[in-house]
Amino acid sequence: MTNGWIDIKNTDVMLIMGGNPAENHPCGFKWAVEAKRQRNAKMIVVDPRFTRTAAVADMFLQIRAGADIAFLGGMIHYALENQRIAKEYLVNFTNASFIVKDGFKLPEDGLFSGFDAATQSYDRSSWNYEAAGSGSSASGSSGHLGEGPVPASAHAGGGPTAALPSMPPNVSYDMSLEHPRAVYQLLKRQYSRYTPEMVERITGIPKDQFLKAADLFTSIRKDGDMKKTGTIIYAVGWTQHSFGTQIIRAAAMLQLLLGNVGRAGGGVNALRGHSNIQGATDVAGIFDNLPGYLKVPTPEDKDFASWMTRITPKASKPGQWDSWNYWSNTPKFAVSFLKAMYGDAAKKENGWAFDYLPKVDREYSWTHIWDDMYRGKVKGLMAFGMNSVAIGPNSQKNIDALKKADFLVVCDIYPEETSDFWRAPGITADETKNIKTEVYRLPGAGFAEKDGTFVNSARWLQWKWTAVPTPGDAKLDQEILSRIFLKVRDLYRKEGGKFPDPILNLAWNYTIPDNPSLSEVAKELNGRALTDVEDKAAGQTMKAGQQLPGYSWLRDDGSTLSGNWIWCGSWTEAGGLMQRRDPQDPSGLGIHPNWGWSWPMNRRVLYNRASCDVSGKPWDPDRTQVWWNEAQKKWIGNDVPDFKPDSPPKDHMGPFIMNAEGVGRIFAPLAAFVDGPFPEFYEPAESPIANPLHPQQSQSPVVKRYSTAMDKYGTPEKGFTVVCTTYRLTEHYHYWTKNNPMNVQLVPEPFVEIPMELAADLGIQGGDKVKVTSARASYFAKAMVTHRIHPMTIDGKKIYQIGIPIHFGYRGIQEDAGRTSRSLTNSLSPTVTDPNAYTPEFKSFLVKLEKA
Amino acid sequence: MSNGTLQIKAISGHAGPVPGLDTSRDYDVCKLIDVTTCIGCKACEVACLEWNGYPFRETVFDNTYQTMPDLEWNYYNLIRFNEHVADNGTLSWLMRKDQCMHCADPGCLRACPADGAIVQYTNGIVDFQQEYCIGCQYCVSGCPFNIPKFNHETKKVHKCTLCSDRVGAGLEPACIKACPTGCLHFGSKDDMKDLAEGRAKQLREHTAHINAGVYDPPGVGGTHVMYVLHDIDHPEAYGGLPKNPQIPLLVRLWKRPLKWLGNLAMAAGVLGVFVHYLRYGPKEAEEIDAKRNSDSD
Repeated sequence: MTNGWIDIKNTDVMLIMGGNPAENHPCGFKWAVEAKRQRNAKMIVVDPRFTRTAAVADMFLQIRAGADIAFLGGMIHYALENQRIAKEYLVNFTNASFIVKDGFKLPEDGLFSGFDAATQSYDRSSWNYEAAGSGSSASGSSGHLGEGPVPASAHAGGGPTAALPSMPPNVSYDMSLEHPRAVYQLLKRQYSRYTPEMVERITGIPKDQFLKAADLFTSIRKDGDMKKTGTIIYAVGWTQHSFGTQIIRAAAMLQLLLGNVGRAGGGVNALRGHSNIQGATDVAGIFDNLPGYLKVPTPEDKDFASWMTRITPKASKPGQWDSWNYWSNTPKFAVSFLKAMYGDAAKKENGWAFDYLPKVDREYSWTHIWDDMYRGKVKGLMAFGMNSVAIGPNSQKNIDALKKADFLVVCDIYPEETSDFWRAPGITADETKNIKTEVYRLPGAGFAEKDGTFVNSARWLQWKWTAVPTPGDAKLDQEILSRIFLKVRDLYRKEGGKFPDPILNLAWNYTIPDNPSLSEVAKELNGRALTDVEDKAAGQTMKAGQQLPGYSWLRDDGSTLSGNWIWCGSWTEAGGLMQRRDPQDPSGLGIHPNWGWSWPMNRRVLYNRASCDVSGKPWDPDRTQVWWNEAQKKWIGNDVPDFKPDSPPKDHMGPFIMNAEGVGRIFAPLAAFVDGPFPEFYEPAESPIANPLHPQQSQSPVVKRYSTAMDKYGTPEKGFTVVCTTYRLTEHYHYWTKNNPMNVQLVPEPFVEIPMELAADLGIQGGDKVKVTSARASYFAKAMVTHRIHPMTIDGKKIYQIGIPIHFGYRGIQEDAGRTSRSLTNSLSPTVTDPNAYTPEFKSFLVKLEKA
Repeated sequence: MSNGTLQIKAISGHAGPVPGLDTSRDYDVCKLIDVTTCIGCKACEVACLEWNGYPFRETVFDNTYQTMPDLEWNYYNLIRFNEHVADNGTLSWLMRKDQCMHCADPGCLRACPADGAIVQYTNGIVDFQQEYCIGCQYCVSGCPFNIPKFNHETKKVHKCTLCSDRVGAGLEPACIKACPTGCLHFGSKDDMKDLAEGRAKQLREHTAHINAGVYDPPGVGGTHVMYVLHDIDHPEAYGGLPKNPQIPLLVRLWKRPLKWLGNLAMAAGVLGVFVHYLRYGPKEAEEIDAKRNSDSD
């Protein structure tokens, strides 16, 4: 989240889409209800089904699953057409005025410039800004708005870039926004195709309903008003598509256009689906990240210096503007991370042990791991805190892959579908005997039996204390992992090996090496001074061994250590700040500055400098987050300023300090995304129609499919005509609670939600057993016949959607008692992923439905 | 709230004055259910079960999100899910927390013939005292909301106690504590009334729910559980909430205007026995023994 859960209470209008917070985040949803109760905030819900969230919304629109970019593109078009935009914000805080290089082409035929059909990828060099003084445009203009500084005329410098494409240090721009290649003009042209009529054709939302929703959401910028704010709330209903990243991009662009980012009650807010999924992401649960979102080294990075050169961005901005470009500190974060990893073995002379880090040569995403196992390349799996088979996609492929593995280790608190993959439906007793995979089950501990931190959706680190001791032989995760590690290290010590150094030199200085306390780990993640570190400007020194108060203290000379720079400041000499429980909220904005600790530096709303106008005054005097104090010559406020504290407004430093440009990206240049600098609507991998925008290029050209015999894809021609989506229920938690009688009582059996009309067509009554079949597998459950999904007209065709909760499988109270069907929802979902984030497309695929 | 709020105000089947009546301040408690912010998460259902110590049960899928078709003797609190299509085609998904309404004029109490089986505290809570329950189920017919449920094994009737044990100790009912959205409120009847009317007004003025209103039906003297409804004119749409609940005519007649008739009948019965005695004399011991022997066959 750019903002936070409690901050939702500050909003004036909510667009909830790709998420069902009332269902999946009922406790956080109280703040949405609070906004309705206290501010008369309006709630718009857009979903393939009338959900529990829709039940309390002011407006509900039923959208075809996967058509979100068409809807958001239509919103952008509407805001531009009706001038419901935040002009001063747009000109000064975003790259709307930046001029894009000649040669960039919009995807009016379905392809951006630079597409290479042979490699199915883009040469992205034309997706770049024009350097100031490079000829074709006049840099700067008289079209200046607000109190911003007047840019100077054409500026020398910048010039052509090096061989590797990079952004020009001095960007050509036009504050009148009128240059035909200004981002603003390209944006207008890009979404001119997303008319209300086109939105209706693609999404199935009638034009009049769409216009009502667009009017309501953008009404906050009616007549140039800047006081009100709107928030966008989403979850995996957006991410789990083959264009998920681009849906979220579209939302971010809409919010920049409306001036909602950085502001109380605004922002782009991802609701995380597990209690600590944010924490897992922060410490690099993904193969292409290191902790703190540092980019992993690749084989091309020959040494530490070349790695740093590649991943440390250089400021790229109009000459007269300022950009903090906070990622320019990357080497400090990286060296401090390597010191945390390898201790004294990380020295300047050996490039801080850069060679110890694995070099990522290709994609190792979730779906890819399973593909590799299915192909016999991955020989074993250790699954902690997840049910790999049930998660899917294409569960049967995962089950078949496990049959080929040498070993499987599952650490969980229940027997589940993965540890018991050898008794999946369809496997006979004889077959089971022939499965050679060695399966180990480790006695894990439940969440209430462990201490440590959860990082919530709002980036708040909150410590939790052990509630009950571990039962029987159950062990804490850190004990299990440490004991495995220490054994492996012993083996390396005794037997050597190809490259034992990274294992032997791993820093493991915990008081109890085979069961480290998590407070000790948390302190290491925060970081400490290794020698005395001085901040000359502040006149302060941190003594060797002291916990660092924040990441501004991190150094690239080996004098500091920090396991995860974004958490630096969470466990200081004052103690574990995530353990704080002071509920006071002096500003009334839900900031609660002394409750837990949020990264970065306890800022509750990211980019909060954008809550002020160019001169540093809050847009809304009733919701003051931070502001420029002329007397003190610094930024102060109720929240911690997410900004260079002493940068005066006249310097025109951009509020988006993590972007090299300093401003928000309406156009995302170069390497930011592999599938386009603007979101374009593409059909899901399995879709009932050809893309009305460009039928010849229906799907995203860079989305790749898998190619084993198990990777089958359905089309309407093959009889798969029903759009299917998947989701969770309030009553259950993933594949876990089917072992808990309380949850089983509330929802005892799997079901499929089916529109009345489709059920009538097929002669299905509520409670009948039905069979759902995709190109990959069949799923059996009972029918829930409902008014809450209605038939849709998509591009002139009548289309039905159905929905399936994910929670059931072949192990659980009801399953074990033989009272339910035993199929897995994700046996239906396809092996297709988002090309940026590698998230599988669980939310929209094709099936056929019949009475079983 | 102190235990003083659990002073008894009315007692079922009890002749004469209520012991201790009017000795404590009359402080009416009330639960307010703002149906317009209920998300049907069922946290209240689980909290109710856990607080009352009832077991989880087997249920069967029934084409709905609703846990089961109706309340049961050991399931006091049920969210009723109803898909409602209005005349103009607008769909709403209504979720109403159903439980005892704790009527100010409780039909169950009026109907109950067992001394002390149903009591009404001065704070408004209507509570069943199972140790005095005779299992006649008159309370079931006396309730216009179809709430009391009979346990066929113990022959006792049960229903929501408004957590009188918690309230007496100064706590809110378990369902209130569990509610994540704040759709449930608890306080004095006056405060809840203000809150409810304010919310209904807000809904009428700022949302599409121009018929929003407060459900506090006068037919039962008002209730200590109130609803804010999107549409006060159609309470039936919320899973059979009666529009104008009344204590059944028979119960009302029986317990008030015609009570003399019952008393008369009772007196007539006693008189009959006396006359019978005078006419036929006492029952012979032999006869009784003979009957016992035949019973044991």
